[in-house]
Amino acid sequence: MNDEKNPEKQSKIDLNRRDMPKQSPEMRSHNFNEVALGYTLEDALGEAKRCLQCKKPRCVTGCPVEIDIPGFISCIVRKDFSAGIKKIKEKNCLPAVCGRVCPQESQCESQCILKNKGAEVAIGRLERFLADWGASAGKADLPPKAKPSGKKVAIVGSGPAGITVAGDLILLGHEVTIFEALHKAGGVLVYGIPEFRLPKAIVAREVEYVKSLGVKVFTDYVVGKTRSIDELLKDFDAIFIGTGAGLPWFLDIPGENLNGVYSANEYLTRMNLMKGYLFPNSATPIKNHKKVAVVGGGNVAMDSARTALRMGADEAHIVYRRSHAELPARLEESENAEEEGVIFDMLTLPVRYIGDENGWLKEIECIKMELGEPDASGRRTPVEIPNSNFRIEMDAAICAVGNSPNPLVPSTTPGLDTTRRGTLVADQETGKTTRDCVWAGGDIVTGAATVILAMGAGRKAARSIHEYLTTGKQ
Amino acid sequence: MNKVIERTMIVPNMHLLEIETPEIASKIKPGQFIIVRANDEGERIPLSVADWNSEKGTITIVFMEVGASTGALACLQAGDELATCVGPLGNETQIANYGTVLCIGGCYGIGSIYPVARALKEAGNQIITVLEARSSYLLYWVKKFATLSNKIFNITRDGSLGMKGHINRLTEIINSLPKPPDRIIVNGCTYLMAHASELTRELGITTLVNLNPIMIDGTGMCGVCRVTVADQRKFACVDGPEFNGHEVDWKEFLARRKAYMNEETLFFRKSAPKPAVHKEGKCQA
Ligand SMILES: Cc1cc2nc3c(=O)[nH]c(=O)nc-3n(C[C@H](O)[C@H](O)[C@H](O)COP(=O)(O)OP(=O)(O)OC[C@H]3O[C@@H](n4cnc5c(N)ncnc54)[C@H](O)[C@@H]3O)c2cc1C
Ligand SMILES: Cc1cc2nc3c(=O)[nH]c(=O)nc-3n(C[C@H](O)[C@H](O)[C@H](O)COP(=O)(O)OP(=O)(O)OC[C@H]3O[C@@H](n4cnc5c(N)ncnc54)[C@H](O)[C@@H]3O)c2cc1C
Ligand code: SF4
Ligand code: SF4
Ligand code: FES
Repeated sequence: MNDEKNPEKQSKIDLNRRDMPKQSPEMRSHNFNEVALGYTLEDALGEAKRCLQCKKPRCVTGCPVEIDIPGFISCIVRKDFSAGIKKIKEKNCLPAVCGRVCPQESQCESQCILKNKGAEVAIGRLERFLADWGASAGKADLPPKAKPSGKKVAIVGSGPAGITVAGDLILLGHEVTIFEALHKAGGVLVYGIPEFRLPKAIVAREVEYVKSLGVKVFTDYVVGKTRSIDELLKDFDAIFIGTGAGLPWFLDIPGENLNGVYSANEYLTRMNLMKGYLFPNSATPIKNHKKVAVVGGGNVAMDSARTALRMGADEAHIVYRRSHAELPARLEESENAEEEGVIFDMLTLPVRYIGDENGWLKEIECIKMELGEPDASGRRTPVEIPNSNFRIEMDAAICAVGNSPNPLVPSTTPGLDTTRRGTLVADQETGKTTRDCVWAGGDIVTGAATVILAMGAGRKAARSIHEYLTTGKQ
Repeated sequence: MNKVIERTMIVPNMHLLEIETPEIASKIKPGQFIIVRANDEGERIPLSVADWNSEKGTITIVFMEVGASTGALACLQAGDELATCVGPLGNETQIANYGTVLCIGGCYGIGSIYPVARALKEAGNQIITVLEARSSYLLYWVKKFATLSNKIFNITRDGSLGMKGHINRLTEIINSLPKPPDRIIVNGCTYLMAHASELTRELGITTLVNLNPIMIDGTGMCGVCRVTVADQRKFACVDGPEFNGHEVDWKEFLARRKAYMNEETLFFRKSAPKPAVHKEGKCQA
């Protein structure tokens, strides 16, 4: 029978997308605790029941790792949470992370059949619910491991790409060692994304999990310096490079080396990795700035501005050269920022930083922009409005205009080809680089992207590495 | 891992630290540095290497106790372990036969210029050494330098050993040589490097300095170590730390090094409930 002729069935469609409880903006803008509090059992059941369990679920096509979304949602409806978490983990080893930071609105949820009714199922929140349930339920049984293959794999970088490869290959029976340059494993998840959006305890738990499977993790180990890829190849049968996109861009305008001008990487690393927000009870110093301008409009910019507010800034501004509609940040995050009191200075571009006599930032000279013709990416290009220069008083500026891959590994590895953008050349399907026995994936190949894409690339590379290790074919 | 083999105070406030770290010891080259954290809550601080023994698997650092993090290092004893010891970082000093090289060391730089001078000597250069300190009792390793230098000049602020004054005596030293050196390398505090560069600019002698900006990761990720060299932005940790002293924007460099002075004082006060007392080179805290 056709749904339209069946008012009873149609009325069963529940269009009430459950909100997730959050800390109030007044409260959360003064602490570093997580903003979104997660679904209660009741919320989760209510939301899960809204899923229509489509025969051909479109949502799955929107998920880069193709999680069986209706499958895990039906487990929630049945309250069989441990089956639900198992279902997710078949495809995604970091659900607590993805449930929090995936841009669901442009991935899985954007494809949900209920989207055109304005009430797409909150897939990310349900994923987070299950992951958090799994964590609170204590240690799950470790999945079975294949018998030892005698093969050894080295993984360079412990971000989501590296962790995924490690988790997959260890279960397939290979010996896996991760080498990480910093003193903590987790990549951007530990040094970039702030505590209030992704608690570090969650990342630590995921790292502990792969360790519990037998993965060895060496921190404080810079590949290309401590040992080169070629030296590693003497001891390992295959190598995966997941070193991310950690090289910060600047605007290249006068005054950029004044004190008080930071790269977002520096600012966020001081805060997250070095626990600067606990200063002076932590050793790494951080300034208390009063008026902070963050240049850029992506997630990194939102994270920086919201961190500045929490550090006690009276004003935190997002200075962005396009308009609201073009903000590359996740909608949820720019809304959160706005609620917390971040000020948005749109269509504005800094052209010069002006310092005081001691070399500290005092003012920023900006120019007004207007939107012109769409560029290759389809976004309208910002154009300067002549003679519209003006100055704003600021004692700090955080530059969040993008990152490119760190050249340390490519520049010390002969035969490893890079593109003009500095990313590694690697096969889309397998992650195979231009060097024998060397694979790569994540931001080092795509340029700065997302957690789930890095994981997806890791999964494909792991499959290809496994095939090589078992068949010898590359 | 990262076991402390020895930690002694070699002259007041200046410590020698020998760390067991075989992979770094087998790789490190003159002019490079490591980053350490004394303990799990510690800040990451960069330190130049002053010596190493690749067979024993150890490296040696000379550091000056100036604040909280170096203060924590000064309390280490043989057998302790460092939470972090990562390296070798930065580029090595270019070693070749230049003819005569003048090596200048002051403060911790007396330690870090030593392997540079040794490698240059092995490459066939004539080595002229200039060591600078406030007073004779703050000079160290003079004998070590004597064995590899063709000539040594000591400068002390109070004149208790060698020439009286500071690095402003450099021009005189150079003029006293039969012919000007082909190259000058300076390691030590910022003022020493900046002043020496100023003096040698007029003499037109290539002068390299080993810059010591504030750093965090040491791998090119954060950009805090950026310096302007020949009007271009460089990251000292990956593009340096050695640069041509005549091309460094010293005014900017000095301002950036002082960025956290107030905060450092605050943390030093908070983190030092009982002041560490050093007797016979041992921490009595
Ligand atoms: C502030 C911020 C907010 C973000 N927010 C989101 C978000 O909300 N949602 C989302 O999906 N994505 C977000 N991203 C992007 C996302 O974090 C990245 O796309 C993802 O982490 C890339 O994973 P990766 O494994 O490729 O690299 P990374 O996470 O960058 O990890 C690379 C690791 O390799 C290490 N490394 C580098 N060089 C070496 C070397 N030579 N030797 C050894 N180790 C090395 C690095 O120290 C690092 O730990 C954000 C990024 C930032 C910076
Ligand atoms: C490449 C390099 C090599 C170095 N080699 C040596 C060495 O061999 N021996 C030695 O004694 N010192 C060396 N330094 C300087 C040393 O890193 C600082 O003295 C140390 O970080 C001070 O830490 P603190 O907490 O004890 O003092 P603080 O109280 O933090 O600071 C005291 C002074 O040190 C500077 N400083 C603070 N943090 C840093 C940082 N992360 N990096 C650099 N400077 C900082 C401050 O500007 C301040 O003037 C080197 C620095 C660099 C960049
Ligand atoms: S991993 Fe991300 S895209 Fe996939 S279902 Fe989960 S939230 Fe959606
Ligand atoms: S498309 Fe939406 S309604 Fe259909 S299965 Fe996926 S989540 Fe459920
Ligand atoms: S120390 Fe971070 S980029 Fe040099």
